[in-house]
Amino acid sequence: MFEVYDLSFMWSLSNITQTINSWLNQTFSPTWALIFEMVIVGICVISLFAILGLVLVLMERKVSAWMQIRLGPNRVGPKGMLQSFADTLKLLVKEGLTPNGADKFLFNLAPFIAMIVAMLLMAPIAFARDFKMWDMNIGVLYVTAVSSISVISILMAGWASNNKYSLMGAMRSGAQIVSYELSAGLAILSIVVLTGSLNLNDIIQSQANGWWIFKGHIPVLISFVIFIIAVTAETNRAPFDLAEAESELTAGFHTEYSGMKFALFFLAEYVNVFIVCAIGATLFLGGWMPFHIGNWQGFNHIMDYIPSSIWFFGKTFFLIFLIMWFRWTFPRLRIDQLLNLEWKYLLPISMFNIILVTAMAILGWHF
Amino acid sequence: MFIVKYIKEVWSAIKSLLIGMRRTGYYFTHHKEIITQQYPDNRDTLNLPERFKGEVVMPHDEKNEHRCTGCTACELACPNGTIKVITKFDISPEGKKKKAIDKLVYHLELCTMCNLCVIACPSDAIVMAQTFEHSVFDRSKLTKILNNPGSKIMDGVE
Amino acid sequence: MVEEIGTTTEGDLIINVGPQHPATHGVLHLVITLNGETVKKVEPHLGYIHRSIEKMCESLTYRQFIYVTSRMDYLSSHINNHGCALCVEKGLQIEVPARAQVIRVIMDELTRIASHELWWGAMAMDIGAFTPFFHAFRERESINDIMEETCGARLTMNYMVPGGVMIDIHPNFQKKVKDFIAFYRTKMNESDELLTGNIIFQNRMKGVGLLSKEDAISFGCTGPTARGSGLNCDIRKLYPYEIYNSVTFEEVLETSGDSLARYMVRLREIKQSINIIEQLIDNIPEGDFQAKTKAVLKLPKGEFYSRVETARGEFGVYIVSEGGTTPYRIKFRSPGFANLSALDHMARGSKLGDLVAMMGTLDLVIPDIDR
Repeated sequence: MFEVYDLSFMWSLSNITQTINSWLNQTFSPTWALIFEMVIVGICVISLFAILGLVLVLMERKVSAWMQIRLGPNRVGPKGMLQSFADTLKLLVKEGLTPNGADKFLFNLAPFIAMIVAMLLMAPIAFARDFKMWDMNIGVLYVTAVSSISVISILMAGWASNNKYSLMGAMRSGAQIVSYELSAGLAILSIVVLTGSLNLNDIIQSQANGWWIFKGHIPVLISFVIFIIAVTAETNRAPFDLAEAESELTAGFHTEYSGMKFALFFLAEYVNVFIVCAIGATLFLGGWMPFHIGNWQGFNHIMDYIPSSIWFFGKTFFLIFLIMWFRWTFPRLRIDQLLNLEWKYLLPISMFNIILVTAMAILGWHF
Repeated sequence: MFIVKYIKEVWSAIKSLLIGMRRTGYYFTHHKEIITQQYPDNRDTLNLPERFKGEVVMPHDEKNEHRCTGCTACELACPNGTIKVITKFDISPEGKKKKAIDKLVYHLELCTMCNLCVIACPSDAIVMAQTFEHSVFDRSKLTKILNNPGSKIMDGVE
Repeated sequence: MVEEIGTTTEGDLIINVGPQHPATHGVLHLVITLNGETVKKVEPHLGYIHRSIEKMCESLTYRQFIYVTSRMDYLSSHINNHGCALCVEKGLQIEVPARAQVIRVIMDELTRIASHELWWGAMAMDIGAFTPFFHAFRERESINDIMEETCGARLTMNYMVPGGVMIDIHPNFQKKVKDFIAFYRTKMNESDELLTGNIIFQNRMKGVGLLSKEDAISFGCTGPTARGSGLNCDIRKLYPYEIYNSVTFEEVLETSGDSLARYMVRLREIKQSINIIEQLIDNIPEGDFQAKTKAVLKLPKGEFYSRVETARGEFGVYIVSEGGTTPYRIKFRSPGFANLSALDHMARGSKLGDLVAMMGTLDLVIPDIDR
């Protein structure tokens, strides 16, 4: 069904990973080689986290500034590029307070859980051709399952803070994330139905001759829209930022956090945004797969010359920009409207949609 | 029809959101609309209107002469006790005693820039200056003496 | 559970919104009793920014006390000053020159536009949209620049004096105002695009914070808050001062009494204000900008009251004079205080998020409430 394009192989990162792998296996015993590889991967993930945090914070500030007819950060470094370093430094040297009445253990644990969940979600994502941490055959299931844990960190933070605002933010967030997981899951399911596989690699390979958003006609477009709305809600971003709700709950579940503990929540939010956008890009926009149009061989070849990692990050950042665009345009929903939207609009639409997608998959109506 | 109404409702909702996104998208791409003024950098080109009420000053001419007669009209007009006129008696060359100001003390920290003293002054001795960067490290620096040391009243001002 | 609303029972959440809270735009302190997300009771605690302005005014002369009123409702400081000047003029029976009257009305309407613009941005922020705030400030800045050129200040102008205005208008004033109106017309539909038409916004505002006409009267609400409930209480129409009876404008009324109605009243009032300015800006009569007054003003013994329509409602000045140079007693009727009192009635039974939106639509300025 799908052909393999080897043209962009010279750009591929898999050469590097394979070289390192074979060198380690030659030098050490397989067990030690695995351990070293895990260490390298861990370091890579942590540095990716740091870089993502810095880039996304700067991006959000610039996007919001330009939409609000402001200049945005422009003091630290050339054109304000180092602004997020300055922010990080400030958060690092700030005292991390723990309130007196707080449940100290849970209060200090919560940001780390948020962070660990975000880290775990990185595992099945293919960042480029043949470049991923763990090629598991239940990638989609893994992502939906692990991302549900993030609500625990928010509930923990809200409850342990011993603050009424935090508690309300946490409760709101609990109701919100649990509800919106349904339609996010159904939207993801439509692609699984079309592909017939839970493996993210298979899903990407199935889009070699066209991304699902183009191949899947209107039903997949609808699931894409629902997916974007649902993940915006799941990551607690405006217009669904009821867990933070600045004008109502001051800062929601992280009202009492400061310093590095706050920074971890902050970072986890951005990394979560990155991950859900990466999943969205993988499922609907073909992951690292270049843009191909049917039989236009010449055009397809030119597209293949663009490295696969650029394709992946380009698509992901496009989705992130979309989510930021939402945030800086829309007012916030009320809690009952938020749940109404999910249970009265998104869920029925996505349930009906999944029937359409299933029919389409059975009848083979997609390209 | 319920279904048609439902779909229409959803569509109009999405459309209203897209209209808003078009507006913010327009500003995102049109950077000439940005209105930020980079204040400390644009200090040289900053044009304050001539009527701007920054602080009360007493203009002196090149002969170090001012127009203040010491009539205390400004002191009386001030709602906050910002201005204090301390007078003395000058001995004119003809040997006559003449009332003049020794010091015109101006408490910038009390001033609300209401302009009443400037309006009240019969001889236009005090005016509002356009300075607005009044921050100092010591509060005592905000108490100013408006007349220059050794200054005299201008001839012909009664 | 309607019967539970209004009573505190075990398990209710009592939260303090303010005095330091992003939604209160100042130091308002609301003690809110919540049942889950539902508001059961709202209790405003005042006094955090009480400066005893009324008492202060008793020691100031009739020329001096006007500047203090800029510090009350600082968003409509011109109109506050105007009310005080009117009261003093009433007592002294000063005839204000036609030129001063026109200038005063133009300034009032500019202030009203600026105030409503700021309210629009702040209100958008209350319901979670951050971008409109900056867009609103762009328009407001243009007005502030006009004010700065003529009055010499951006916020507390102290431009109205008994008998007229302090200084004549700047030569550029008319051109600047016309430029502003032309600029404003190009940006006018932005409020509809960003907020009014938005489905989320409509759902947030429609049907919440209901205030009936009777309640608006009994709580003493005035201004756009009451006009959103269909109460025609525009002082400019009911008791026209200056030249308001010779300009044509419409008293904006909405009948539904919810948050959206109050929002729409303010947006439509901006258009009426522009309408008024356009009628007057080319027709500023020549003549004095200030009537000749005595150096020391002494109001005759008696009581004087005058009222003006600020951006928030009716602002009344009540002076009791013993015949001296300073007022014996002065009382300001500020619109914010009465409007705030309706908040508890409106908010009961609604959600916490709506309470914040209601506070936004009341357009509270805290120094105006506390004085």
